[in-house]
Amino acid sequence: MFRPADWRGVIGALGVLVSMSAALAGERGPLGYGRAPTAAEIAGWDIDARGDDGAGLPLGKGDVARGTDVFAEQCAACHGTFGEGEGRFPKLVGGKGTLTGDRPEPTVGSYWPFAVTLWDYINRAMPMPSPHTLPTDDVYALTAYILSLNDIVPDDFVADKDSLPKVKMPNHDSFSWTDPRPDTVNKPCMSNCFDPKAIQIVSTAEGKNLTPRTTGPLDDMQPK
Amino acid sequence: MTATAGDEESSGAVRVVGRRSLLRASGALAASMLVRGGASAEGAAPPADHPWSQSIGAGVVDRPYGKPADAEAGVIRRNVPWLTAGTESSISFSPLQDLHGIITPNGLFFERYHAGRPDVEASQHRLMIHGLVERPLILTMKDILRFPSTSRIHFIECPANGGMEWRAAQLNSLQFTHGMISCAEWTGVKLSTLLGEVGLKKEAKWALVEGADGAHMTRSLPLEKCLDDCLVVYAQNSEALRPEQGYPLRLVVPGWEGNVSIKWLRRIKVGDKPWYTREETSKYTDLMPDGKSRGFTWAIDAKSVIAFPCPEKPLGGPGLYEIRGLAWSGAGKVKEVHVSTDGGANWRKAELKEPVLSKALTRFTLPWRWDGGPALLESRVIDETGYVQPTISQLRKIRGTNSVYHNNSIQTWQVKADGSIFDVQTG
Repeated sequence: MFRPADWRGVIGALGVLVSMSAALAGERGPLGYGRAPTAAEIAGWDIDARGDDGAGLPLGKGDVARGTDVFAEQCAACHGTFGEGEGRFPKLVGGKGTLTGDRPEPTVGSYWPFAVTLWDYINRAMPMPSPHTLPTDDVYALTAYILSLNDIVPDDFVADKDSLPKVKMPNHDSFSWTDPRPDTVNKPCMSNCFDPKAIQIVSTAEGKNLTPRTTGPLDDMQPK
Repeated sequence: MTATAGDEESSGAVRVVGRRSLLRASGALAASMLVRGGASAEGAAPPADHPWSQSIGAGVVDRPYGKPADAEAGVIRRNVPWLTAGTESSISFSPLQDLHGIITPNGLFFERYHAGRPDVEASQHRLMIHGLVERPLILTMKDILRFPSTSRIHFIECPANGGMEWRAAQLNSLQFTHGMISCAEWTGVKLSTLLGEVGLKKEAKWALVEGADGAHMTRSLPLEKCLDDCLVVYAQNSEALRPEQGYPLRLVVPGWEGNVSIKWLRRIKVGDKPWYTREETSKYTDLMPDGKSRGFTWAIDAKSVIAFPCPEKPLGGPGLYEIRGLAWSGAGKVKEVHVSTDGGANWRKAELKEPVLSKALTRFTLPWRWDGGPALLESRVIDETGYVQPTISQLRKIRGTNSVYHNNSIQTWQVKADGSIFDVQTG
């Protein structure tokens, strides 16, 4: 009978052999399943562009003027002609100074810390009905246009793999990348923690008319 | 002569036999008797037979896959239509109010899409692993099924679960305040096994994981987590993943926010730094009151909620009830759950129901005699690290009301004298 311990033995033994011969063989792992992808296969799927340094950005370029046309054709229906948003689709422009307010508007201009991330996202996920279909130059052009709408780059800006990583985004320095949690301390008092008469209900969902049905057919409540 | 109880029963039996003989003797009489039998069964079942007890049922494979009882047809995932522009980039909620265990049925597991649900052809699906590895690899589903397999039970929670409640109590429903969580048994390959197969280069520190959906959804993950407990899975609760959950292959990152458990997984690229993708810069980051933002807040903090009673399941009148709920922590096991019926002034320790598993939903119960007066029900979990679930006020003091994600605060249900239940916040 084949037990988990046997797997460990097989993997361990093969691992030693393969690690010694990997440089020579170069294509087989300890279990040997699957195959090495071809360079073309890797290139076809290796679409990511890294936000902070632009690693992975391809050759090509696009300017603001070209971006204006592509945006009108591909993006304006959801994001508005000038990136102001349409219906409940995201705004791409504006929101400056709102992040500490009551209604923050996190946009490319007010929130995004890296310009390259914009290229990467447009390239991989937009336009929404037909993602990853835009030519590389059009993705560069759209990136240039959206950055110019946000007054981050001048009207004659040309986006390419060298210029995009150098763009300093307004909100860049507002991010921390280490998690400070736990950030609350709740002492688990068990009895007479406070006078129950002092409790006040400060908000209630009762009567707010925001809750869809939880029985019967699915609800189609409209945006409020 | 005094008849014994036994005599009465046997004479009753004789009468039943006699009635059955009559039924056989006359079709018209039989029909009228059946109608009468059905009517008399209403309201007081025993000892009458219902129609389903007096007929033969459907055979096996009448429903070859199976479905819930007709009366349970309303137990379904639901969405909040006003929350998003459309349903393709949206979320549905699991009906926690109608579930009785820690395992979410596959058809009720909450959904989150960033570009709609793709229907992937498994025979054409490939997983590629490349980047800072010794031996780049491309795997078919047949290849993946050959690897040594592992099964584990874990919850997946969207960090936006409870996000609509940061400012105030808004949704009068357990399904909508807490339903962005589900829990399943996952079967697949340890990610560490796959990474062992490709061999990591010494500069390797991060992995980019990418889906085959239209969003080509990507997240960066530190390699320590990948090598610790991540699973690349093809099965959920014993059956193949459903398309809604990433068929044929997804990542499961135990205890971390759901969006990093990439569905329709097609690519893992190993690198030396994070990628700062759109999802980890503009979306799944936490905006603090001073305008600063926290990125890479992956872990799910300990959280609990009372599932009975709740707005969808009111109380039927004074008497003894069992308060029931769910607790979980991304940091490991649930250690204790406390329940209060007076808004947090006094607490009692609830009973934890086995199994108590790491990074899985845990059931808790507490008997409660409701006197018919107003009450405020709350639950509070402590996990094995000693972390105590906070109140919403404690969270707001640190994080304000704009952080959207990771609202793991204590939930308060208001019980009114008529037994109805409302979502409230106290101060």
